[in-house]
Amino acid sequence: MLQFPIYLDHNATTPCDPRVVDAMLPYFTNSFGNAASRNHSFGWQAEEAVDYAREQVAKLIGADPKEIIFTSGATEADNLAIKGVFEMYASKGNHIITCNIEHKAVLDTCKHIEKEGGEVTYLKVKENGLVDLAELEAAIKPTTILIALMYANNEIGTIMPMKEISAIAKKHNVLVFSDATQAVGKIPVDVNKDGIDLMAFSAHKMYGPKGIGALYVRRKNPRVKVTAQIDGGGHERGMRSGTLNVPGIVGFGKACEICLNEMEAETKRVSALRDKLQTELLKLEESYLNGDKEHKLPHVTNISFKYVEGEGLMMGFNKNIAVSSGSACTSASLEPSYVLKALGLGDDLAHSSLRFGLGRFTTEEQIDYTIEQVSNTVNKLREMSPLWEMFKEGIDLNSIEWAHH
Amino acid sequence: MAYSEKVIDHYHNPKNVGTLDKTKNNVGTGLVGAPECGDVMRLQIEVDETTGVIKDAKFKTFGCGSAIASSSLATEWLKGKSVDDAVKIDNMTIVEELNLPPVKIHCSVLAEDAIKAAINDYRKKNGLEELKFDESVVH
Repeated sequence: MLQFPIYLDHNATTPCDPRVVDAMLPYFTNSFGNAASRNHSFGWQAEEAVDYAREQVAKLIGADPKEIIFTSGATEADNLAIKGVFEMYASKGNHIITCNIEHKAVLDTCKHIEKEGGEVTYLKVKENGLVDLAELEAAIKPTTILIALMYANNEIGTIMPMKEISAIAKKHNVLVFSDATQAVGKIPVDVNKDGIDLMAFSAHKMYGPKGIGALYVRRKNPRVKVTAQIDGGGHERGMRSGTLNVPGIVGFGKACEICLNEMEAETKRVSALRDKLQTELLKLEESYLNGDKEHKLPHVTNISFKYVEGEGLMMGFNKNIAVSSGSACTSASLEPSYVLKALGLGDDLAHSSLRFGLGRFTTEEQIDYTIEQVSNTVNKLREMSPLWEMFKEGIDLNSIEWAHH
Repeated sequence: MAYSEKVIDHYHNPKNVGTLDKTKNNVGTGLVGAPECGDVMRLQIEVDETTGVIKDAKFKTFGCGSAIASSSLATEWLKGKSVDDAVKIDNMTIVEELNLPPVKIHCSVLAEDAIKAAINDYRKKNGLEELKFDESVVH
């Protein structure tokens, strides 16, 4: 029996796994201590729980527990990494390289850096959403201190070639920071194999709680340092002050442990469902896959349905199915997705896109229902679309002088 | 953002979706908006030449639910009105009828523009001078 609404927006956030919630609960009530309280059992208990969770988190990404700095989430970790490196390595240079499909937490932080006197190169991604490695290498200057490239994109799910990126960075003695919020817990991420020096990620994208994330900061080969962005009691080895969110950290640890144990089986199951959804929806006339077909997260697909508008499309089924769109109408700015536009998509295709993010609890029955609902709505709206009628009559839409408003 | 009941109803049961023969002299067609902006409306009226009354109206819209609802409502209001009265339909009455939030007011403006464009197309075909409208409705 299908239960509504169906959640297919797992790139926005994920539900907490019940096992995560169970692990967290005691730390709200009985074991409520402050992990920094050194002189009584409440504090010791909290500290022990944090230490254990730090190990769980580190293990998922192949790091040492001492290299994990807990933050309030990936946005804070992005800020800490970029601003922290910019300030710490000021004597070496002021140039940062990133790309134009990064999350706003990275892009806006880079804009801030520019105001502070830094120089930022925004690489343009190719049509498939990946950076051109030759362009990346060519952008490196003597003053370059950091390459900041996301592990996987939140809108289209494409996975950047981190190993190749870090090899180039090493050659030029530049640090690599990656916002891996969408990748960690979904695909194998190993900071040593991938050659990453700093990495941001978040619990709520991997069935953990909101309000907790981490920045990985390499301690060996090379030893990386960042200046603190929040001053106070000197928690997290002085890099991030503030009383530790013990229940959140415990939940984060548990979420990482589950991901590590179940990733292989889950990827197999979820990617099969994703492939089914993607294949069936691409059978619709004039529907286009956005982003690289191969180098992509197992649980996401982003498709444009030409001649129908994304928000109008979602309205056809959003009582029962939750997805998201790159359409302007879904954002406050009335601008369509900058990520899709960066791939070279026209505004019309960007307006017509839907992102489907599957997850741990997605069933085949839900996917079958989604295929049916989306297909029906696309067909219904096309019958109502003047653009579809013109397309069917063979009229070139570019030949029309549209009144831009 | 939640939609009003009326928007949802027009979206699921749109009135007067379709196409009139644009080559006919008594049919006026207005095509407004742009694909890049995420909304395009085509609104058509068929006028009874003896009475000057709009006897049929059809629309097709590419856009969000509010754009679809605005154009659906506009066709309903047009039918049975004289062309002279139809000119007076104001976007704010559409906003009020559909309870459109501020970010969706442009959908109602587009519907008003489509009505005016359709009327002018009809007038032009019939040798009448095209009406000039305030700057405020031209976007």
